[in-house]
Amino acid sequence: MKNLAYIILGTFLGVVLYKSEAASWFRIYEMFQFDSFHMYGIMGSALAVGVVLVFWIKKSKVKSFSGETINIQDKEKSFTRYIIGGTLFGLGWALAGACPGPIYILVGAGYWPIVIVLIGAVLGAFVYGVLRDKLPH
Amino acid sequence: MTFDENLSKMLYQPWPWYVSGPLIALIMALLILMGKRFGMSSNLETFCSIGGAGKFSDYFKIDVKSKRWNLLVVLGSVIGGFIGAHLLSPNPAVEISDKTVAKLQELGFESAGTSYLPLELFSMASLSDPKVWAILLVAGFLVGLGTRYAGGCTSGHAISGLSNLQRPSLIAVIGFFIGGLIMVHLLFPLIFAS
Repeated sequence: MKNLAYIILGTFLGVVLYKSEAASWFRIYEMFQFDSFHMYGIMGSALAVGVVLVFWIKKSKVKSFSGETINIQDKEKSFTRYIIGGTLFGLGWALAGACPGPIYILVGAGYWPIVIVLIGAVLGAFVYGVLRDKLPH
Repeated sequence: MTFDENLSKMLYQPWPWYVSGPLIALIMALLILMGKRFGMSSNLETFCSIGGAGKFSDYFKIDVKSKRWNLLVVLGSVIGGFIGAHLLSPNPAVEISDKTVAKLQELGFESAGTSYLPLELFSMASLSDPKVWAILLVAGFLVGLGTRYAGGCTSGHAISGLSNLQRPSLIAVIGFFIGGLIMVHLLFPLIFAS
């Protein structure tokens, strides 16, 4: 039952990101050219609603659906890893025109060359895991 | 036209940002209420673990079962991509701004404004060019390396992290834009100019 809920949530996410065109290479390029409000509108409105929902979840101390206490952990404090990792990610995001969610979504949409991007992404994650102790964080 | 007809017509058109953004936030909140977190890039690590990467680094020695829920979200998003593309989008063209179309045509992207993804990179025909393979592989590699280095991607940092007012996520998102702007403005002319 819970498994089905995750699949349905994922399906919903896939439809939303595809239909909003956030999974389109063209929209990502347009965003980095500042030629349209569209992507900023998606992220801005997601954040506006997201901030309120997260605030409510924390403030109300609402329990999870299965009755557990919800504890949203803070991100580990650092500067180096976020700025270097973030910049590397941004370079890839703009070139591939897709971040991880849309990569999976575009596989489903049938754009087969995206599988090469996915293989590259898994390789990249692997290389990070191997080099992790040698990289500045 | 009745309300119903209007609604179903809207379903087949591109969804506006003010519908899509709040729905993404809703998905994030539902995952939190299910005791999980919205983050798509950690699945890349799970794939490594499944593939036996634990032999190379302890970092990948994780309990894959505990990540199963997120793999189901991935499975769902693949299904969602199929539904979005094949059942809900009679017209795949993305109406990007005229200015963007002009810039892309200058870079050799003739498909700008007529398709969902540039056919110069994402059609089967494009794969006859080894340069396209290299571009897609390097792009993916940077996505995978960068997102794990930064500990999250657009979902984990830009949506989840910023919604929780996390300063690290703000730094990561600034990094996303530094990288994206460098790629599009400085490197695209070198990579794509013919």
